[in-house]
Amino acid sequence: MTISKSLKAAGIAVFAAMLGAAGAVAQDKTKVGFVYVGPIGDHGWTYQHHKGLEAVEAEFGDKVETTYVENVSEGPDAERVIQQLAQQGNDIIFTTSFGFMNPTIKVAKRFPDVKFEHATGFKKADNVSIYNTRFYQGRYIVGQIAGKMTKTNTIGYIASFPIPEVVMGINATYLGAKSVNPDIKIKVIWVSTWFDPGKEADAAKALVDQGSDILMQHTDSPAAIQLAEQEGIYAIGQASDMKTFGPNAQLTSLIDDWAPYYVERVKAVIDGTWETSDIWGGLANGMLKMAPYSDKLPEDVIALAKEMEEKIKSGEFHPFTGPLNKQDGTQFLADGEVISDEVLLGMNFYVEGIEGSLPK
Amino acid sequence: MLKIEPRKEPSRVMLYATPFLAVLFTIVAGFILFSLLDKNPATATYLIFISPLTSLYTITELLVKATPLILIAIGLAVGFRAGVWNIGAEGQFTMGALAGGAMALALYEVEGLWVLPLVCLAGALGGMAWAAIPAFLRTRLNTNEILVSLMLVYVATLLLGMLVHGPLRDPDGFNFPESRLFHDAATLPALVAGTRAHVGFLVAIIAVIVAWILLRSHMIGFQIKVVGQAPRAARFAGFSSPRIVWFCFMISGALAGLAGIFEATGPVGQLVPALPVGYGFTAIIVAFLGRLHPLGILAGGLLLALTYIGGEAAQISMSLPSATVQVFQGMLLFFLLATDILVNYRVSWIASGRRPAKTALQQPAE
Repeated sequence: MTISKSLKAAGIAVFAAMLGAAGAVAQDKTKVGFVYVGPIGDHGWTYQHHKGLEAVEAEFGDKVETTYVENVSEGPDAERVIQQLAQQGNDIIFTTSFGFMNPTIKVAKRFPDVKFEHATGFKKADNVSIYNTRFYQGRYIVGQIAGKMTKTNTIGYIASFPIPEVVMGINATYLGAKSVNPDIKIKVIWVSTWFDPGKEADAAKALVDQGSDILMQHTDSPAAIQLAEQEGIYAIGQASDMKTFGPNAQLTSLIDDWAPYYVERVKAVIDGTWETSDIWGGLANGMLKMAPYSDKLPEDVIALAKEMEEKIKSGEFHPFTGPLNKQDGTQFLADGEVISDEVLLGMNFYVEGIEGSLPK
Repeated sequence: MLKIEPRKEPSRVMLYATPFLAVLFTIVAGFILFSLLDKNPATATYLIFISPLTSLYTITELLVKATPLILIAIGLAVGFRAGVWNIGAEGQFTMGALAGGAMALALYEVEGLWVLPLVCLAGALGGMAWAAIPAFLRTRLNTNEILVSLMLVYVATLLLGMLVHGPLRDPDGFNFPESRLFHDAATLPALVAGTRAHVGFLVAIIAVIVAWILLRSHMIGFQIKVVGQAPRAARFAGFSSPRIVWFCFMISGALAGLAGIFEATGPVGQLVPALPVGYGFTAIIVAFLGRLHPLGILAGGLLLALTYIGGEAAQISMSLPSATVQVFQGMLLFFLLATDILVNYRVSWIASGRRPAKTALQQPAE
């Protein structure tokens, strides 16, 4: 107390009050916190989540107060950041990376009145919801586009961590490409990071050297697109529309659109109707969108992509439909069988035809 | 005109004053930086340096953050004094966490008071084993320990990633790359109930005291000093240089390994690929900020921890970019090195045109 008193004289009273008595001041406003794994300027994953935050502000204006913390590592610091946000009176906190799962659950136990929403994880609680989107749907489509457009029959794929999320993306891409081009090969480089433009660019370079003429990525920066633009080859964007980084290179991009979901969930908190939920969105509900197809694509490829988009949206087609074998030749889907979400969420194997092995 | 002349002897006053000067300059530079960012500099400085001290929770978090920094920096300082440049504490930290974590997972669900000490011992040995590589190569093949130890950091990080993706992965975790949560018997007890501050901090304090006594009163402390400052004299005196190299690497490896296993069994509670967050590198700043003196390191570790926690608070309350913390830490080291000139040189201001009176040695003008 003495510290803050003496500092009041120095004109810092406002902040001392904010820190000390956050609860008392802010009850009329709904406070919304966001924890990001990367910088808001990554122009990919975190950038899109931040657009969701901006949408919440635009929708509710003075009724909400938003806070975000960027560049939070998925290690021991995450728990403190989440705890701080909860302590400062946030009513709902979105933790937007897989590695925040256990910290989110731990903090949620201590703050039963605060609502938590964790992206891409699998642990729920009374006050913890989970949400994610079916990126693999878009990846099947970009796989088809790549299969049509490649001249070297080689796709270069920059992958982050061999978790099911990423593995199913590689499989979907391969299956899409294979469906239109039986000679397709996919080269994967694991960079063990979500965001590291330098590493991503190095990987992209290596993939080009290995003969890839279409690059795609499951990392968060536009580094691969930029390299593709320099090399005069094609690339697929990730998380946001990356056209500005490669106006000639980008064929399309998988856009994550979290904004409607964030607005809906914050509204539920304001209305007092928030309940634990488990949302796995996709093309059908608009959580995943395809960026405008490039004019570099021939008419028939665009038509193919759009048709596939519709088929997936309507549920007429699922990218993982049997007969499908694992890489080792054992069958995991019988003829006509559609994969269950459970198998998909635990996917830790390549499908037959992909070369190389998963990092173990 | 600014005039710089060498001192006959390093100034002891300056030796201890410069860390404080560096902090002061950092704050001043921070003021300018925040003003340029259009943020209230007084508020930002308050949030970074004072606000973490105003609640029990943030104070305990301060200890969480300072514990590994102090432990690692103590070990590094012993080596730095002897001219043994172990830059790879981050790797030894990782290997400590890995070895101890593997032990904890092997003993999963095994109860007993001996479990945790065994896990911690495995952690220390893991760090020592990793530090033994540069020590061996330096003493046998005369390789540069800076490069070897640094490169091994990346090997350790990849090894952790590999094992957490494979054999140490949580069998019920949907193939996600992280281990099980350690069971209670392998979890570090909390210092304050309900917080993450753990008994590792007490161990860090003990390390400070032991290192202080060792460096001050023990023969090995004297040998370290001589080897570091006058290698030729040390040879004439018959001190074994390889022995000192090994000693320094084993001490710093063990402490870094301990820091790693404390982090894994304390605040994190499991092995995750993102466990190493740079403590091993930040500890280098801590060691120098503390003038390689154990008590100084204690203070330096707490100060650096403060900038982390305060930096987060500033990010949350003022939307300062997260790079601010790194800029702050960088400035701290920069100003420390910059003000080091005051230790060995006297800087005075003389009116232009007039020749200074008694000048024995004059530095060439810039």
